[in-house]
Amino acid sequence: MSAIAAKASEGTLESGQPHHDHAERAGASKRIIAGYGFWIFLLSDIVMFSAFFATYAVLVRSTAGGPGGRQLFDLRNVGLETACLLFSSFTCGIASIGAQTQRGAWFYGAMAVTFLLGAAFLGLEIHEFAGLVAQNAGPTRSAFLSAFFTLVGCHGLHVTAGLLWLLTMVAQVFAKGYRPDILRRILCFSLFWHALDIIWVGLFTVVYLMGAAS
Amino acid sequence: MLGKLTWSAIPFDQPIPLVSAAVVGLALFGVLVWIVVKGWVPYLWRDWITSVDHKHIGIMYCLLALVMLLRGFIDAIMMRSQQALAFRSPGYLPPDHYDQIFSAHGTLMIFFVAMPFVIGLMNFVIPLQLGVRDVAFPTLNSVGLWLTATGALLVNLSLVIGEFARTGWLPYPPLSELAYSPGVGVDYYLWALEISGVGTLLSGINLVTTILKLHAPGMTYMRMPMFCWTALASNLLIVAAFPVLTATLAMLLLDRYLGFHFFTNTAGGNVMMFMNLIWVWGHPEVYILILPAFGVFSEVVSTFSGKPLFGYRSMVMATMAIFILAFTVWLHHFFTMGAGGDVNAIFGILSMIIAVPTGVKIFNWLFTMYGGRIVYATPMLWSIGFMVTFTIGGMTGVLLAVPPADFMLHNSLFLVAHFHNVIIGGVLFGAFAGYNFWFPKAFGFRLHEGLGRAAFWCWLVGFYVAFMPLYVLGLQGMTRRMQHYDVPAWRPWLLVAAAGAGIILVGIILQVAQLVVSIRRRESLRDVTGDPWNGRSLEWATQSPPPAFNFAVLPNIHGEEAYWGMKQRAIQQARLGDEPHYVDIEMPRNSPTGFICAFFATFMGFALIWHIWWMVALAAVGAYATFVAFAWRDRDEYIIPAGEVARQDRANRHARSEAIARMQAAP
Repeated sequence: MSAIAAKASEGTLESGQPHHDHAERAGASKRIIAGYGFWIFLLSDIVMFSAFFATYAVLVRSTAGGPGGRQLFDLRNVGLETACLLFSSFTCGIASIGAQTQRGAWFYGAMAVTFLLGAAFLGLEIHEFAGLVAQNAGPTRSAFLSAFFTLVGCHGLHVTAGLLWLLTMVAQVFAKGYRPDILRRILCFSLFWHALDIIWVGLFTVVYLMGAAS
Repeated sequence: MLGKLTWSAIPFDQPIPLVSAAVVGLALFGVLVWIVVKGWVPYLWRDWITSVDHKHIGIMYCLLALVMLLRGFIDAIMMRSQQALAFRSPGYLPPDHYDQIFSAHGTLMIFFVAMPFVIGLMNFVIPLQLGVRDVAFPTLNSVGLWLTATGALLVNLSLVIGEFARTGWLPYPPLSELAYSPGVGVDYYLWALEISGVGTLLSGINLVTTILKLHAPGMTYMRMPMFCWTALASNLLIVAAFPVLTATLAMLLLDRYLGFHFFTNTAGGNVMMFMNLIWVWGHPEVYILILPAFGVFSEVVSTFSGKPLFGYRSMVMATMAIFILAFTVWLHHFFTMGAGGDVNAIFGILSMIIAVPTGVKIFNWLFTMYGGRIVYATPMLWSIGFMVTFTIGGMTGVLLAVPPADFMLHNSLFLVAHFHNVIIGGVLFGAFAGYNFWFPKAFGFRLHEGLGRAAFWCWLVGFYVAFMPLYVLGLQGMTRRMQHYDVPAWRPWLLVAAAGAGIILVGIILQVAQLVVSIRRRESLRDVTGDPWNGRSLEWATQSPPPAFNFAVLPNIHGEEAYWGMKQRAIQQARLGDEPHYVDIEMPRNSPTGFICAFFATFMGFALIWHIWWMVALAAVGAYATFVAFAWRDRDEYIIPAGEVARQDRANRHARSEAIARMQAAP
């Protein structure tokens, strides 16, 4: 156990003192490189979302005689989704601190709550989608609905992937302890989870608020 | 059980694809048998397939590009001969097949020749030029390579199993929608590019992080060689543009697979949105290709003129200006959409503005040559050929950027001539210059000079003979992608163009001969010192081929042209610097993750194309399990002991000391 702890404390020192890893091969520590690269990935992901956002904006009025956002969106449901997701970001932050300070109770507990909140978000979204399909407002009904399901569904797919990642990280910590490379992955995971929040804020505003108002 | 896949997918009635596939299949089988018999499988697996060494990955990217170049060129020869024959006759290629050929030609040449070639060169050279031992994410790099290979494999698979798209290299709806292209051709295109697009994105993220975060001590941004700057711009463009391609193709997939209405004619779909989205990726894409080529020319021109690059800072500015402007001109690909005079004027002017930074670059290269002692080695010939050819292509580009002119020339062979002029004369010449320039670094021996020059002249002459007639034909009103025609005035020009393709074929044969002859005579072409061209940047500071760790001791950088400064000091003092203190070096361990992941991706892509859903699920689980297995490993690095580092470095220092001694004795 102490060996793992010693390794982990090395990891936390990494950002300050890049001596044990490739200080020689690189200007920056591994932790910085991993985080930086993951940020670049997140930016590319946001670019992909921006393409879906732009498409949605172009097609929002192409309802082909079918229902529009005002008839379809239930802001109460969306409000609950938003609450779940934003609060899960908070618990994800707690989990990061738990991992850094190697307090298992905080890490596992906060990850569990994050998972439950994320799953609740997904459940609410699936419920919303199923309801739309049931009232003949599925993605094949009109270009507007195609764009809506794709944009929101793409975010939902990201949340699903995030949940899978979350479980994998918990399993890794459980099996291997707080190793530096695992801590780096937890850093990337939390960046990913927070980025999904940022996307959701955009979605909530552009799709649901503006859609329900217009 | 097998979805849409039945025996009717194999084109038993069409001899051309069947015979060519049989030949390729036999050749592949022969190579595999040869490898197994020779006992090379463990070597290939250990040193190449599972390698996370950026040099090996870069070489494999270039190899993929060269092989796909042959395939894409066969398509080109078929098109030119078809058009030469098809005057008032059907020619020998039925329309159905001809349409697949021009689609496959464009797809292969852009995505699986030009892209892997420039990415391969960047992968190989960048860490060496930055003076570091590795890229930021070595395993991710390997995943990127193998996913690109998966895409290439899927496109080539379509030759025998099913069909390829007949929609051109960009599948414009509504033609590419299910209603008008019900076969699997478009699906092959879409899944091949979705998978290889992910690979390209990973490669872009890796190289951006490498260039911005990994440096030898003292290697500041403004001391980086020009190739690093152009590579940075190119990879930033990849990160910003490829996600748009992924999203756009995903929308078309949703239309085709699940009946969505993004680009359909019905239910409010918007066809022109596809053109906008695809060119928001597509225009930056041409700069993704050309910027690394600009970097190669900068290195080559400066090295073979024996002078530092003229106007380094203006070159950096011009590169970054092109990077920004790349995103502001996409609409010039469809002026005829009818966005209105104002919109067209803005995009026309912005397109012309790109000629300014490009012109700055051309003048910088010319001024680099001015007053230099120019050595006309093969890489330099490609560079000079580029400057002339690319300038012509740039001028026809400016002409096309004038909206009224574009209305006349849109979709004509003038356009085809223009983009071949800049892509062959720019990207491909740059790739060949880089190939000849860095080959000795990669393999330890130079390429045969005489055959290299002969190949260059055939390519250059062949290019002009093949494509200048296309400008004329475009002005005569001939549209692109015609399977047959009945205008007598076009015939002579198409015959000349076919002859040009024949000259290029001779060039390609000479390039193959150059490679074979060079390998056979490698002892006499050996690069002993690691600096065969009297180079100026850090890749020439290490031996050829570089050791796994690139640099025994990371160099300290004190100015621009790091290696040139060190070399001059050593020559002045008639000795190398003191032997450094060697220490153990940690390097990343090999990993089969990339290869296994691509294995599953291939099956997933194939299964998606043919609607074999159980196989999709199985492959997805396999790919996820591969990543978990990778994440589970306990040791990700190995140690190269100081003694081994010292042994390798001393051999190189010895060779260099002798070179200095010879230099002192000579005058």
